[in-house]
Amino acid sequence: MTERVLELMRALGARIVSSWIWRLGFACRFLWLMLLESAPSFRRFHLTIREIYFAGVLSLVIILVSGLFVGMVLGLQGYDTLVRYGSSDALGVLVSLSLVRELGPVVAGLLFASRAGSAITAEIGLMKATEQLSAMEMMAVDPIARVVAPRFWAGVISMPLLAALFSAMGVFGGYLVGVRLIGVDEGSFWSQMQAAVDFRQDILNGIIKSFVFGVAVTWIAVFEGYDAPPTAEGVSGATTRTVVTSSLAILALDFVLTALMFRGL
Amino acid sequence: MATSNLVEVQDVTFSYDRRQVLKDINLVVPKGKVVAIMGLSGCGKTTLLRLIGGALVPDRGEIRVAGQVINKLDHDALFALRRKIGMLFQFGALFTDMSSFDNVAYQMREHTQLPESFIRDLVLMKLQAVGLRGAADLMPSELSGGMARRVALARSIALDPMLMLYDEPFTGLDPISLGVIGQLIRHLNDSLGATSIVVTHDVAEALELVDYVYYMSAGKVEFQGTPEEVRAAHLPSLKQFVYGEPDGPVPFHYPAPEYREDLFAQ
Repeated sequence: MTERVLELMRALGARIVSSWIWRLGFACRFLWLMLLESAPSFRRFHLTIREIYFAGVLSLVIILVSGLFVGMVLGLQGYDTLVRYGSSDALGVLVSLSLVRELGPVVAGLLFASRAGSAITAEIGLMKATEQLSAMEMMAVDPIARVVAPRFWAGVISMPLLAALFSAMGVFGGYLVGVRLIGVDEGSFWSQMQAAVDFRQDILNGIIKSFVFGVAVTWIAVFEGYDAPPTAEGVSGATTRTVVTSSLAILALDFVLTALMFRGL
Repeated sequence: MATSNLVEVQDVTFSYDRRQVLKDINLVVPKGKVVAIMGLSGCGKTTLLRLIGGALVPDRGEIRVAGQVINKLDHDALFALRRKIGMLFQFGALFTDMSSFDNVAYQMREHTQLPESFIRDLVLMKLQAVGLRGAADLMPSELSGGMARRVALARSIALDPMLMLYDEPFTGLDPISLGVIGQLIRHLNDSLGATSIVVTHDVAEALELVDYVYYMSAGKVEFQGTPEEVRAAHLPSLKQFVYGEPDGPVPFHYPAPEYREDLFAQ
């Protein structure tokens, strides 16, 4: 019996070391290499611009539409709660603070992971499976500088912009429902929002969050693609892992960042 | 070391994890020649090609390319040497997001400062050499397997390499494309003054075009000689390989329990 328990613990330990800790170490070395190779990729910035188009611009529709609906739902739910306390004028504050502090970075990050992160993993994984990365290396071109780094920086640049647009669209959605549909006073909606939302404490912290999520999601996406086994099954598994790991990372990082940024408030 | 050899492989041993793939391989590739490395699938010949290209590092031994020990070069020196090496991958490995033209122009744009008008002329000349100047604007998805292989060949000769590495260049091609690729390998080698290593299991095509053959089996060089010597060889496994006999020293059946026992097993 003791033998079997020990055996089980050994197997569990081996699994954790080989599949998690070892991979985390590998991912950290990969990030370091990518940062070192970023200078050559910046010299060809058109490559990063092209990836910003694929990762950022093509994500605009889903981000804007989701932002609008999240804002409209916040308007409805917020009004329903606030009106019970006779403070429906504070709807603008509720909608804007929820969005810029939390929902903007988090939901935009989750959408970005599903829309752009999965695409980045699948593309790099398929390039590896079809030997395009090996071909590049044989042509004396470093795929980390040429393929990986531009995608990484495109994600890092796009994510805060997408989160900001998500929040802006959400505020507009809240306005549509709260002011136009329900009839909350327009002056109170905007003026209370303006008075309550602090640039450094709320907006800047939201931007920092979305930047951190951008780094996390894109790092996971490029690493999973580069590390994917070069088979159809391998690429599909890597794509799934990107979405799952990124989503969990966003939620965990959000808790840590919120605890650091808003403690004592 | 004789200077007339462009590639020298000395006592090379290589393993993937704990599985030994190559054992004490020795071979030389003289300048200007087309040399085939033949053998069954899984005998380690593609691994050997990757070692020669510096994509893998041997456990033991030395690989010299143009006098430099490729497995001891640092990153920059390896990349500098690779600019003089062209490699054709098994299925072409064309960049799928670029047209044929841009694929061929890729290395010129990456490694030279040539003006775009000059690059255009060079690319068209390379594509003309493989007969696909008319397909310059097509995307890889619009090319047949044989055409894609030829565009990839044009791409690999973009910088006029001194050494060409071919990884299974005949796999999956129709007879006409196969003949075209075979002729191109010979013709390009001779007209560029290059040296070529062709890894293949396509015996008939390879014996027609190469100068010298290394036959590998289970990670070792079992036989070497000219195509005539290969055809006349008495080594049983080589004879089975050359004449495509289904059974012989290389068994038809993968190792398994006795057939009757397996069928009647509960």
